[in-house]
Amino acid sequence: MKKAVIATTSLAGCFGCHMSLLDIDAKILDLIELVEFDKSPINDLKTFTRECDIGLIEGGCCNSENVEVLKDFRKHCKILISVGECAIMGGLPALRNNIPVKECLEEAYLNGPSVAGNNEAGIIPNDDELPILLNKVYPCHDIVKIDYHLPGCPPRAGLIWEALYALLTNQKIDLPYELVKYD
Amino acid sequence: MNNTKIESIVGRYNGDATRLMDILIDIQDEMGCIPDDSIQQLSRILDISKVDIEQTLTFYHFLSKTPRGKFTIYLNNSAVANMFGRKEVAQAFEDAAGCKFGEVTSDGLIGLFNTSCIGMNDQEPAAIINNAVFTRLTPFRAKEIIRDLRKGKSIPELFVAGYGDGNNSSDLIHAVVNNHIMKKGAVLAENYELGISTHRAMEMSPEAVIEEVKKSNIRGRGGAGFPTGLKWEFCRKSPGEKHFVFCNADEGEPGTFKDRVILTEKPDMIFEGMTIGAYAIGAEEGILYLRYEYKYLQDFLEKHLEDLRQKNLLGKNILGNPDFNFDIRIQFGAGAYVCGEESALLESAEGKRGEPRDRPPFPVEKGYLQQPTIVNNVETFCSVVKVIQNGGDWYRTLGTKESSGTKLLSVSGDCRFPGVYEVEWGFSVNDILDMVGTDKDQVQAVQVGGPSGSCIAPNEFSRILCFTDLATGGSLIIIGKHRNLLRDIALNFTDFFIEESCGSCTPCRALTPILRNKLVKIIEGKGVMSDLRDLENWSKIMKTNRCGLGQTAVNPILSSLKNFRDLYTSKIQQDVAYDQGFRMDEAVAEACQATYRGFNY
Repeated sequence: MKKAVIATTSLAGCFGCHMSLLDIDAKILDLIELVEFDKSPINDLKTFTRECDIGLIEGGCCNSENVEVLKDFRKHCKILISVGECAIMGGLPALRNNIPVKECLEEAYLNGPSVAGNNEAGIIPNDDELPILLNKVYPCHDIVKIDYHLPGCPPRAGLIWEALYALLTNQKIDLPYELVKYD
Repeated sequence: MNNTKIESIVGRYNGDATRLMDILIDIQDEMGCIPDDSIQQLSRILDISKVDIEQTLTFYHFLSKTPRGKFTIYLNNSAVANMFGRKEVAQAFEDAAGCKFGEVTSDGLIGLFNTSCIGMNDQEPAAIINNAVFTRLTPFRAKEIIRDLRKGKSIPELFVAGYGDGNNSSDLIHAVVNNHIMKKGAVLAENYELGISTHRAMEMSPEAVIEEVKKSNIRGRGGAGFPTGLKWEFCRKSPGEKHFVFCNADEGEPGTFKDRVILTEKPDMIFEGMTIGAYAIGAEEGILYLRYEYKYLQDFLEKHLEDLRQKNLLGKNILGNPDFNFDIRIQFGAGAYVCGEESALLESAEGKRGEPRDRPPFPVEKGYLQQPTIVNNVETFCSVVKVIQNGGDWYRTLGTKESSGTKLLSVSGDCRFPGVYEVEWGFSVNDILDMVGTDKDQVQAVQVGGPSGSCIAPNEFSRILCFTDLATGGSLIIIGKHRNLLRDIALNFTDFFIEESCGSCTPCRALTPILRNKLVKIIEGKGVMSDLRDLENWSKIMKTNRCGLGQTAVNPILSSLKNFRDLYTSKIQQDVAYDQGFRMDEAVAEACQATYRGFNY
């Protein structure tokens, strides 16, 4: 059987969901029988080399680059899955959503206890190379169509495994109660 | 200083905590706001918890913990006000006062606030300033009002147009409001003679009165259309220590103002209807629950009640009947549409948040203070007076077979003669459009029954106003072709429901804003076809809300979507399958500005 191709990325996330994916322990050997990875931090492949079957998205979108990467994933992946709270709801980064961006930047670069007095020129980084912050943190489905959502912070390794296995083998997903956690 | 003031206010209501609404309204009126220390004190005197007071206080729009200015301007924000230039008036108020809506000027003189429909749809834009109504405002008038207030003029000195028609000019009202009675029928007819019906009712047994009302087939005029006789019978048969009669004069449905006209012109008839109701169900106490927006009628109504007592039509042993005592008091609301729902109205009258109750039990079994209570609309009581005077059989000769009698219509919007029309049931929308002076080619839609009703298109103008076809509490808003139906009507109405939701049921509290945002997305041209399906499918859950407000809160969207689907589809992006409305340039604008960088996406 031809192996399915998977791509993964972490947008405005903490890599905890990727850690959870690795946390499937020995099943990673089973997984590698079923799939091969394209663009992913796991193999450090920076660009897509082909069309993929499944894209796993960790994290929501907090800046312009996140949006571009996410749109690129949508273009290259047949199925897109939001993995974890941040991708689904914005998560912890979305705590800034009620604070104006300007205030956030000033706190981070001008007024925060670790920077106050150390940034005499009052510079807020604005090099063209830097991604631009969005007005708020968006969940992935606000930007592109997402096919499935795996909840949790992070989703249990078992949940990621069950979901992938069911998807790859075209079986019904087995979701025992204790596997699905929302925090 | 405040301590004695509050004690004296509480004293007026004998320290009765169920009269909390009256107490809070009096404090608000006399002190300008209800600060924390007053709440503390009230809690001590009334022996109820602070949060009990705060939850009532914060529920109502006209009560406030912070000062709202020596002169508080509440400018109506209804759809029809906006149709007639509210935006420019609001701007003029802001410019002249030097503060935004929702704020008070720094000298504390003027406060500007938005408010939901104040029952003046036929003379918009209108505002309430310290309980006085100002109608047909223009930017010029707005500036003039602010200028005069700053000069130190009093409210009566601000009236430049003379007083309105009918009793609006009477000494106890002195309002610039106009009745605009355009057509009279059984209720508004001149031939009403006070007392005849009470006499006649008391010659009959209470059961016979109920039979006569049943025979007339009269149904509730507030909109829901429950048979009045049946309601009274249920109530009479319900055991209780006391029975109560409530008149629902919390006319809050945007576009409805006919009760205001009845209250101004036929107050005795309302009170007589309530007296007949009291006789029929065996009640000794009646309460007219009046919306705060009509506070300017208070002195006038109190005088009429006093006159009725003098005439022995209210009070002890009415008309010499040793077994019949009945009196009426006025209970004010404080700005909450949902209190027009009968169980919410009762909660409010008991001094609580106006949240609808779970039913059953219905008010006829457990109503005010858990006692059997009838709650009827202003117009219903007036119709009952006619029924008792002329007989149920006579009443049934008016209207249609299923819908007997007459109906007062509040007509507003794009027509030459807005106002109150009393017609027999059975008129078609077309008839009414002819009657009120419209060029039918120029009518885009008619909103029947207010925001909770339906928005119908010209192909349905032959429909008949009656309980079996187009039931209505009486509001008809005519919307011309030049109006933006989705933005100016559907969105305004949806915002109204979001503002007025009591927040008790989740779908009403949470889903209404979600669907509103979808509507905005569509209006902005960011919609896709699946949005229309979502609107239709998701809104099905709204029927799980507890009260009529919640169940109909997305009707403005659903009804316009059903009858004006082309308007929606014309705004949909045809070749886009998925779009949640995200736009990169809008999303990065704030950060670009903060960091002084350009963005070319």
